Amino acid sequence: MQDSDQSNGDLLLAMQGVGKTFGTDVEALRDMSLDVHFGDFVSLLGPSGCGKSTALRIIANLISPTRGRVVWSGDNRQGSVGVVFQEPTLMPWASVAKNVWLPHRLSGISMRQARPKIQQCLEIVGLEDFSDSYPRELSGGMKMRVSIARALVTNPRVILMDEPFAALDEITRFKLNYDLLKLKENVGCTVIFVTHSVFESVFLSNRIAVMVARPGRVFEEVAVDEGYPRDESFRTSSNYAAYCRKVSESLRQGIEAST
Amino acid sequence: MAQISEKLLPSSTRARQHETIVDEDEYRRQRRAKLERIGKWLMPLVVLVLMIWFWNRIVTVNEIPHYILPDPVLVAATLAADLALLWQALLVTLKITVLALLVAVIGGVGLAVLFTQSRFVEMSLFPYAVILQVTPIISIAPLIFIYVDNRTVGLLLCAWIVAFFPVLSNTTLGLNSVDHNLRDLFRIYGASRWQQLLHLQLPSALPYFLGGLRIAGGLALIGAVVAEYVAGTGGIGSGLAFTILEAGYRLNIPRMFAALLLIAATGVVIFLVLSLLSHLLLHKWHESAVKREV
Repeated sequence: MQDSDQSNGDLLLAMQGVGKTFGTDVEALRDMSLDVHFGDFVSLLGPSGCGKSTALRIIANLISPTRGRVVWSGDNRQGSVGVVFQEPTLMPWASVAKNVWLPHRLSGISMRQARPKIQQCLEIVGLEDFSDSYPRELSGGMKMRVSIARALVTNPRVILMDEPFAALDEITRFKLNYDLLKLKENVGCTVIFVTHSVFESVFLSNRIAVMVARPGRVFEEVAVDEGYPRDESFRTSSNYAAYCRKVSESLRQGIEAST
Repeated sequence: MAQISEKLLPSSTRARQHETIVDEDEYRRQRRAKLERIGKWLMPLVVLVLMIWFWNRIVTVNEIPHYILPDPVLVAATLAADLALLWQALLVTLKITVLALLVAVIGGVGLAVLFTQSRFVEMSLFPYAVILQVTPIISIAPLIFIYVDNRTVGLLLCAWIVAFFPVLSNTTLGLNSVDHNLRDLFRIYGASRWQQLLHLQLPSALPYFLGGLRIAGGLALIGAVVAEYVAGTGGIGSGLAFTILEAGYRLNIPRMFAALLLIAATGVVIFLVLSLLSHLLLHKWHESAVKREV
């Protein structure tokens, strides 16, 4: 789904010394540099207040950085992004199809034109039979899938996910983790994923930026050299356990260093 | 992501389960629910009949003359006999009420939208909207009728002043209660101010607006009636309130009761119509209008 002239491994965006201070003295993020390549699944992992959501909002251009900048590849336009929040963030008054239509609707594309794409994205998340349902008729997990379909509908260069599964029960979360990996393989998208779960980040990502608080900053980058496709057996492998240990250790050191 | 395990059971299946698996507790719960369904309609009716009977007894036993307290039967007879006259008066009052409500909706929603578009407009005007609301209409009305020559316009103005504030304050609250993440989402997808208003803020405000509208409906009627009392011009084209006043001067107490009954009934009908409107607009998505399954 990414721009066709780009192949995996090319640089998509680079955060260069990005910092953000709210008001005069609340330093939410300090000197963050991060390269994201096409096809990457990068997790920003850390405790509350480590600036991971701030970083995501800067990439989404919702807030501007106090210092540094975000450079996009190619024509350096702020690339089209898809966003998935912790809450499903659906419009309760609109059907599932109309919710997924939203990004297109706002850029003036009619429902008739957008319909095939909407249907395709609903199929990807397994909700093709629910296009006329209203959000309140769906379970928490299904709402999240609608939210993901909406993020996919514009063929974004990158999908930003802000703790998307944190509010779900563990069984649904595991299922959605796995489905997200499948989806990433099928559509080949690039994902930046904010989480505070070590296990989730190791299972999903090929790179993890371990972040610490006060002030928020990247403590260490950990590569997960385990190729895709991954399946549920990865969760029980010794490799997985080793990576989890490594990331947990890094997190512990980071928190120790920052207090 | 193929299978969705959490598909709801069809409701018929569930109903059958209720019939077959009935323990003591469940049986009692169902019986209570059934009684409540019937009681919701029956109990008010019983109270009504009792009150009318009691009223009739008081009048008959104490031999109260009809120019002090008329028998309910006499009120009903008067209502039937004067219906043509009262109906004309009702239409006049109703016209003012509906028009005032309409202007209140346009003015209230318009001003609320203006408030959300510009904080400065809100800061400048909101205090005066409050002042207009908290000053009793009965004390403003005489002034209005000094400066406004057209009687209908004067009545309309009074009813509007009373009715517009709940629409304004509720709609403003609704427009400002937009989910923050949804707002971010609209920004990310480059929504214009107009798109944000049309596709995000107005739908979010709808339940709040409808709540305000239901209050405004009752208030518009009160405003219209109060204004008529103050305006007090007689003759053709007078509303129900003036009919009450006039009947009072002539000690035609049964007609006063009949007119009062019509005003109360009008208020109830307005409320029911607005509740129905609210239900039709919200029942698909809003919690307040969705029947909860136990």
